[in-house]
Amino acid sequence: MSTARIVNAQLGRSVRRRKLIDQLFVLAGMAILFASLLTLALLFLKLVHDGAGRFGWDFFMNFPSRNAGRAGILSAWVGTCLVMLVTVAVAMPVGVAAAIYLEEYAPKNWLTAIIEINVTNLAGVPSIIYGLLALGLFVYKFSLGQSIVSAGLTLALLILPIVIVATREALRAVPRAIREAAYALGATHWEVTADHVLPYSTGGILTGMIIGLSRAIGETAPIITIGALAFIAFLPTPPLNGQFPYVSFTWLTDPFTVMPIQMFNWLSRPDQAFQVNAAAAGAILLCMTLLMNGVAIYVRYRFRKKINW
Amino acid sequence: MSVLAIAKSADAATTRLAAQRRLRIRKFRDRIVETLLLLAALVAVFTTAAIVYILVSESLPFFAQVSLREFFTDTMWTPMFASAHFGIMPLVAGTLVTTFVALCLAIPCGTIIAIYLSEFAPYRLREIVKPALELLGAVPTVVYGYFALLVVTPFLQKFIPSLPGFNMLSPGLVIGIMIIPYVASVSEDAMRAVPNYMREGSYAMGATRFQTAVRVVVPGALSGIAAAYILGISRAVGETMVVAVAAGLQPNLTWNPLQSAATITSFIVQVSLGDLPHGSIGYQSIFAAGLVLMVTTLLFNIAGFFLTRRFREVY
Repeated sequence: MSTARIVNAQLGRSVRRRKLIDQLFVLAGMAILFASLLTLALLFLKLVHDGAGRFGWDFFMNFPSRNAGRAGILSAWVGTCLVMLVTVAVAMPVGVAAAIYLEEYAPKNWLTAIIEINVTNLAGVPSIIYGLLALGLFVYKFSLGQSIVSAGLTLALLILPIVIVATREALRAVPRAIREAAYALGATHWEVTADHVLPYSTGGILTGMIIGLSRAIGETAPIITIGALAFIAFLPTPPLNGQFPYVSFTWLTDPFTVMPIQMFNWLSRPDQAFQVNAAAAGAILLCMTLLMNGVAIYVRYRFRKKINW
Repeated sequence: MSVLAIAKSADAATTRLAAQRRLRIRKFRDRIVETLLLLAALVAVFTTAAIVYILVSESLPFFAQVSLREFFTDTMWTPMFASAHFGIMPLVAGTLVTTFVALCLAIPCGTIIAIYLSEFAPYRLREIVKPALELLGAVPTVVYGYFALLVVTPFLQKFIPSLPGFNMLSPGLVIGIMIIPYVASVSEDAMRAVPNYMREGSYAMGATRFQTAVRVVVPGALSGIAAAYILGISRAVGETMVVAVAAGLQPNLTWNPLQSAATITSFIVQVSLGDLPHGSIGYQSIFAAGLVLMVTTLLFNIAGFFLTRRFREVY
């Protein structure tokens, strides 16, 4: 009887102790989780607070200057927009096409295996290696120079794995029945893909593209490697103009700077006044990436809700 | 046969011919499209091949001037000085120290977050927190550099007054914060893939949730968790801007995170910032450094591949 009670008491103690450990772990988990989310908030607030004096029309419309108070990000944000234009124009068609091939067409053979291994590996290659690739290949071998098109192509290669993986996931989510119904009506392989599978996966593809672009917009290292300058006091040739043929492509080969490089340049100066500019540019850059990620989450949510298989 | 019937069958014949021609055109178009799609997919292979080709071909002239022995044993890296030394070790040491500091923060935190989200957190919390956590990984790295230089370093200096303005500890910690989401997200996916009956078996034996998580779920998901760690390591090794901003750019052979040093990546950035003539030894040295970086991440990935195979549990 008494041994039973002792065992019982021991058991109770053990259960109590184990439950306490359980609760302590929940506390630890929540603490670490919210500490990391708090870091994000802190980071954002710190940037906004430090750069507060510089937000304004002038900051967006001025070129960089030796005078910190007059320096702005005009050439940087225009450069970022143009580079992103090239990146989208290359990464979107190539990435989506590659994903369609791998998901809808690829036979099970060694070539497909090699392509898949390469896509996985490229996702893990450090971004600065893409910069070296671009320096050797685009800048010197193809003689594209330290230009907008070099940067756009580099970033396109960099986000290609992201676009491919996201597109494949979106294609995989389309049920087989849709494809089979289209085949039954005599559609060819491409007609099935283009007219039925692709429209259903638009949401997923867009999400992947936006996530990829938000990664590209903040990339600094590969663009520094190809030799972008930080002090650009002029704008590239405008892509649209008043004279026939209205569209010009000379901007592709113009020198440029982008937001993260402008920020890095200000950040690496010893002068305190420039670090205020760095903070302001950082806050704007962070806003852009957070906004893009927000849009991506929203698009994913909307499309998931609308489609009802 | 009446004239009408003949006309009708001729009509049918032309329609059939037209339909056949259309089908042929459609099939032909299919063939072309398939070839184009294959070409797009091959871009991935070309990119890898181009990376290897460029890194090797541009660093070959470098290794023609610098022996491998000097490259790996010399303790100084001063390719731009008049008395040039080409020992990669200081850069490798810097990379390993910042990576080690980052992992000391990211692996425990990432794993605890993953266990918490997968085994303890209510469904709704997880749905909100996971995208929010991914935002942490989406912050541009140069912004993290700002954070390391102007927030974390001054904060650490309150506790370690002798800490210099440029050091490896602060960027290491910030890289750690940056890779927490990668570690957490991939290990959480691995833990969620552990079948529920294993948890139920453990609960039935009277185990608590923590015991189940640590002794059943984590061992079951070990191969996925190892993959998450490997992903984190290769991110930390390749991280550039945080160290370029906050670690100082002086190559320094030290294992002490309280000192300033350059990493492989920050050296490449530093050289690229200057205007280097194509073909000079400085230009070639960044490709040699890039080759070392590439081989390092490749080694980690291969190790990870074998580790995950070794730990794979088949349910």
